[in-house]
Amino acid sequence: MYVAVKGGEAAIANAHGLLADRRRGDRSVPALRLDQIVEQLALGVDRVMSEGSLYDRELAALAIVQARGDMIEAIFLVRAYRTTLPRFGYTRPIDTGAMLVERRVSATYKDLPGGQLLGPTFDYTHRLLDPELATGADVAEPLQRAREAEPMPRVSAILAREGLIEPDGKMPQDHIPGDITREPLEFPMARDIRLQALSRGDEGFLLALGYSTQRGYARNHPFVGEIRIGEVELELDIPELPFAVPLGTVRVTECQMVNQFKGSAKAPPQFTRGYGLVFGQSERKAMAMALCDRALRASELGEDVVAAAQDEEFVISHSDNVQATGFVEHLKLPHYVDFQAELDLVRRMRAEYEARENPAKAEETKEAAE
Amino acid sequence: MRGQEARDQAERKAAMATLAQSSGDDIVRLWNEAGLPSQAELLRGPETGLVTLRGRIGGGGAPFNVGEATVTRATVRLPSGQVGHCYALGRDKQKAKLAAIADALWQDPARRAEVETRLIAPLRSALTVAHEKRRAETAATKVDFFTMVRGED
Repeated sequence: MYVAVKGGEAAIANAHGLLADRRRGDRSVPALRLDQIVEQLALGVDRVMSEGSLYDRELAALAIVQARGDMIEAIFLVRAYRTTLPRFGYTRPIDTGAMLVERRVSATYKDLPGGQLLGPTFDYTHRLLDPELATGADVAEPLQRAREAEPMPRVSAILAREGLIEPDGKMPQDHIPGDITREPLEFPMARDIRLQALSRGDEGFLLALGYSTQRGYARNHPFVGEIRIGEVELELDIPELPFAVPLGTVRVTECQMVNQFKGSAKAPPQFTRGYGLVFGQSERKAMAMALCDRALRASELGEDVVAAAQDEEFVISHSDNVQATGFVEHLKLPHYVDFQAELDLVRRMRAEYEARENPAKAEETKEAAE
Repeated sequence: MRGQEARDQAERKAAMATLAQSSGDDIVRLWNEAGLPSQAELLRGPETGLVTLRGRIGGGGAPFNVGEATVTRATVRLPSGQVGHCYALGRDKQKAKLAAIADALWQDPARRAEVETRLIAPLRSALTVAHEKRRAETAATKVDFFTMVRGED
């Protein structure tokens, strides 16, 4: 018999009140301002923008506060907010070659045009906790250096001159870029759609998969051809104007992974490539994305699909942390009726088992029960 | 004539780019200092929506969708008839409205010079200073490789 049960309204309301209290914490500690988060927890903000798939620093900061610093919850909030807004269109593709570069390194060429620019990196720090930061000590202005006006071509263009590297990924002439926010996922999928899914995919998941390729599961000999971080301009074509309207700039991280490739029935020996592009300063994510992009091109390049990182349906279906957390976390919601049904079933199966294994005892139990 | 039109279009676009990149606070401050008129009929917005940002595979290949960004837009008509537009990243409605008015004023030949010198030029020079500072700070982190010569004597 199924009996509908209602209840918990007061408990839920009070739980939300308690959440608000705990979120605020000790009232003698000043409340966080969003600009403090935007400025001082900038990479956390970037992660929420990237995986929330919404470029808006203040909203990401608000989501982080509202989520008490739980990044996946913050990403969830941003995704939900996004669905409330009308859509104005698709921008023109950004030109990362024209980036106002804040960091640019290559692991394949020491002396490349434009040079190696370390920028604000954790690399080469000693990873020792700095007690001075806890005292809020003043920080010196960074040094400046007069710079020579030097173009900074993408490394892929340099390697291309020798003809030993595949060109930038092409799609058929009339191909319209797919959009996973408009159409459901379908497998197998084109590389452009995969890249969109990867760009908002969970950093931890993609990092682990990228790592697995390095450890031998779909090994593909990667080098960082180039990482560049900086601001690019956005432009949008609108019907009101005869030219593309400039929208302002966004910061992105781009990773060009270069992979040695011994050749297959489908392609000659050459360097192949994986590509990563994510919102904000998110170098680890861009690298992981590029590793996964390359691994997922296995079929296209005639490689055997033997590892998880090469399995498109496995990777893309599980890369979205909002979907993942939704399905995992729904398990804690009431399943009273489902469980009742299963309990009945298990009781029956157990009784049958006992009857088979130990008929005498089963008879006793039955009698006792009756 | 055609050349002039193309030049006008490029200048108008450059002014719109400057407005889009500048902060709402800076625009309001300069607007008030310059005493620019803010009377205009709102034809649309200001309203906030999304654009989907596109990149290219490998940097220069086929386009793909990266993710969305908030954009606020406004369209205004001046009493003198010019229609101005603004689309700018973010959710600053006041900024979008003023930038649309600035775009409309810019199209009025009697107002263009004033908008350029009192509003666009100072915004542009502030942006240039900020960009140059960032470039110079980044340049200070450029690696200068040198070769260690092993002394034989």
